[in-house]
Amino acid sequence: MKLELFAPELFLLLGSLVLFLLTLGESRGNQSRAVAIAIGVINLGLCLVCLDQQGVLFFRAYRVDLFSQFFKLIIAVGFLVVLLIGRSLKGVRDAVRPEYYLFMLLSVLGLVMLVSSVELLSLLVALELSSFSLYLLVPMRDEATGERTQMEAAVKYILFGVVATAIMLFGMSYLFGLTGTTYLATLLPHLRGMADQPAVLVGIVMVMAGFFYKLGVFPLHFWVPDVYQGASNETTAFIATVPKLGAVALLIRFVTLVLPTDQTMPMLLTVLAVGSMFYGNLLALVQKDIKRMLGYSGIAHAGYLLLGLLTFKDAGYVLAIYYILGYLVMSLACFLVICKVSTQGENLKIEDLTGLHQRAPLLALTMAVGMFGLGGIPPFVGFMGKFMLLAQTLSHGYLTLVILAAINTAISIYYYLSVVRVAYCTDPEARPKVVMDGMTRLVSVVLMLLILAMGVAPSNILAMAANAILALQGTPLP
Amino acid sequence: MDFLILNEGFRTLSALLVVPLLGALVLLTTSSASFARFWTLLITTITAALSLPLYWGFDATTAKYQFAEHLAWIPALNINYTLGIDGISLLLILLTTLLLPLCVLASWNYIKTRVREFMICLLIMEAAMLGVFMALDFVLFYMLWEAMLIPMYLLIAIWGGPRKVYASIKFFLYTLAGSVLLLVAIIALYLHNGTWFIPMMMGQEYSTLFQTVVFLAFFLAFAIKVPMFPFHTWLPAAHVEAPTAGSVILASVLLKMGTYGFLRFCLPITPAATLTFTPYILALSVAGILYGGFTALAQSDMKKLIAYSSVGHMGFVTLGIFVLNTQGVEGALLQMINHGVTTGALFLCVGMIYERTHSRELDSASGLGKFMPIYVTFLAFFSLSSLAFPGTNSFIGEFLILVGAFTKSKIVAGCAIPGAVLAAAYMLRMLQRMIWGSKPNPHPEILSDLSLREIVTLAPLLVFVFWIGLRPEPFLSVMHTSVAHLLAQVHQVTPQVMTVGTLLP
Repeated sequence: MKLELFAPELFLLLGSLVLFLLTLGESRGNQSRAVAIAIGVINLGLCLVCLDQQGVLFFRAYRVDLFSQFFKLIIAVGFLVVLLIGRSLKGVRDAVRPEYYLFMLLSVLGLVMLVSSVELLSLLVALELSSFSLYLLVPMRDEATGERTQMEAAVKYILFGVVATAIMLFGMSYLFGLTGTTYLATLLPHLRGMADQPAVLVGIVMVMAGFFYKLGVFPLHFWVPDVYQGASNETTAFIATVPKLGAVALLIRFVTLVLPTDQTMPMLLTVLAVGSMFYGNLLALVQKDIKRMLGYSGIAHAGYLLLGLLTFKDAGYVLAIYYILGYLVMSLACFLVICKVSTQGENLKIEDLTGLHQRAPLLALTMAVGMFGLGGIPPFVGFMGKFMLLAQTLSHGYLTLVILAAINTAISIYYYLSVVRVAYCTDPEARPKVVMDGMTRLVSVVLMLLILAMGVAPSNILAMAANAILALQGTPLP
Repeated sequence: MDFLILNEGFRTLSALLVVPLLGALVLLTTSSASFARFWTLLITTITAALSLPLYWGFDATTAKYQFAEHLAWIPALNINYTLGIDGISLLLILLTTLLLPLCVLASWNYIKTRVREFMICLLIMEAAMLGVFMALDFVLFYMLWEAMLIPMYLLIAIWGGPRKVYASIKFFLYTLAGSVLLLVAIIALYLHNGTWFIPMMMGQEYSTLFQTVVFLAFFLAFAIKVPMFPFHTWLPAAHVEAPTAGSVILASVLLKMGTYGFLRFCLPITPAATLTFTPYILALSVAGILYGGFTALAQSDMKKLIAYSSVGHMGFVTLGIFVLNTQGVEGALLQMINHGVTTGALFLCVGMIYERTHSRELDSASGLGKFMPIYVTFLAFFSLSSLAFPGTNSFIGEFLILVGAFTKSKIVAGCAIPGAVLAAAYMLRMLQRMIWGSKPNPHPEILSDLSLREIVTLAPLLVFVFWIGLRPEPFLSVMHTSVAHLLAQVHQVTPQVMTVGTLLP
């Protein structure tokens, strides 16, 4: 076994051991933060180095190819940015910070393993490792600022999560029962052979439900607003971004298993997409808590993302990857502002951004760029993603769906715009200035540039994503 | 690409996009308000100077797109960076570049807070507007068309009047809602043709249903932008609340994008649908002319008065476009420029009064003749121009449009004539009250006459009022070939499509 194939995972495992040792001693919040950031940086470097690795491990249950390595790289980037924007970790007591970082790292480890898993059981194990660590992050929020909503959120998160996993497991049992194998590579030809059997469809949809849950797709979205609101700002920044990458990667893997012979599967995904868009956008309109609003907006964006999957074409998967990347960057930009503006880790109402243009001009600009981007206004990445998804979907004849999605863009702009309005068109009214350190400035400028650059010059990212998709369907590796 | 005359030498069109953006980038690094003013004035003047060679170098004998540039942008989706201008866009570009320095001058003292940000918005706005007129790739066009909303929104929402929040959000939502379906139509056109290149989409064989649907999507987007009655309600709100420079840009350039869209897209891409819908659009245009005139007559707020007069004037422009003959379209095109000059100037005039009295009410600006003789001279000429007084620019435009309308249908033209009378009525009413006034001015002590800066702001526009009014040939000559080509495209509808078109109600 070549070490390079498994290097990022091994390193994350080692890193979590180090953090585990730190949890044993006296509370060492700052130390564990430094360790976590160092791990994040080195992990990013390792993922870059291992980008071109190819091979299979662990009795063919674990496949390393450009698809998985590409996602690992993005996950590493997202993880590092989340660590950087949540450096002050205002919403979590110092005593539990080492544990906080430990579980966050374990969750990342789970995700990294998830995108490489090509066997149902290892996939399930990786998913659960990632999910259960995530469930634990939510109630770690400080009592005073959370007003105990974090407990309610955590309970909801874990209960719904476990149900979703159970559904997924049930679906897996169908797939196994039908084919007698748990390897995705051998599942595929078997399933193609019996595409006319409803059980295949039911099995795959049930498995996908687990990932729909992670992504917050209607009707598996219940947890989203409550968890976004209940978890600390930094935790929400993580939950809202990085795990969705894993979910998209696996959705793409499973969608490629289906060769739609009839309209059932596209129809189902269409309904889910339309439901998500309308539900998310309409409910976001009336939100006052900014994280809750972003939660609903995330549901809507999951709906847009499904547009990339429901055509069952490679071009669509490429766009789905591009879209989730754009969503990652834009959400991180918004959460950076939220984390910084919140003084003691409390939740922010939209009106708490009042006068932000005077209190912190750079943050106000970041928020505006993020919001306009999420709203799909050019020249930002949100527009490019939506535009290409619409073009791709329309080219397969889904006219009604495309029109509904376009209408949703118009609906959604209202709530994004109202955030910009509050940040830019009001006076601070004795609200304090926001103190910013050099790192925050750097991260926000980099995020803004990314949002702009990905929107204006998407070619490189598209090419990378296209290569990743090609690798996904490549020949069996040695 | 036989639609383009590629520009081999200096890339003027790209320079027009890049210079303002670079200027905005430099402004990010400074915090001095006075530097921002001078810098923006310099940048906009450079842009204006760069754009002038376009007129001299323009070849008026061809309908091809000149000074064109063509670069691959997103090869995966066949999207290119294609710029080019023809006789339809040339004058609009010049109007934009020449107007922007005046906007900066008008904002010199008017904008007191966040000057740097204001100037950045202005410069980004300039680049986006120019881009919309130059883009020949539909994706590039749409991106700039939408991107323009951000700086314009901020201009109204930050530096606007008391109801700025309402006005700016209404502006943004209206325009965005109108253009989302435009996007779908654009994608549908791409899927039909396999290219985003706008000239390649013209003159293609589309089914009648396809044309109708695409036309309606186009129409919604452009009619909101124009704005045509009954989609005009965002306009008075936005105009009234926007700062002077914002009102000028809105009236002089932004509204033209709607009519430019009709000329560039609706007519040549969907000619059969255009012919089908012409009667309805003519009716809406006449309704807009009369509605705008009557409403303007009842206003006591100067900005609102001019805003409603815009609805009427733009009604004339759409009327001219959809009579679909040479006089009508050329008149409409000229009237777009005229409206930009005259209404822009009128908004500047109102802004100057507002700087002194901090009120837009006609009553607070009554009897100015005694205190501000230079000002009222300018105001009188611009008002006369606005009501299409012979010898001024609008006369030529409106005259051509009415000639075109009479050729098309006497009834339509007859219905539009009262609009001209109404314009005289509301403009003379405004003039009478502002210059002589029914009652003495409440604050004579604050009424100082125009400063040199303000005279410099207004004088160039006055020159154009008389230049176009007395010798329109230099302006009309550049558009002849392009307009003739455009009309040939419209009337080239195949008989079979035509019959189906006429069968529709």
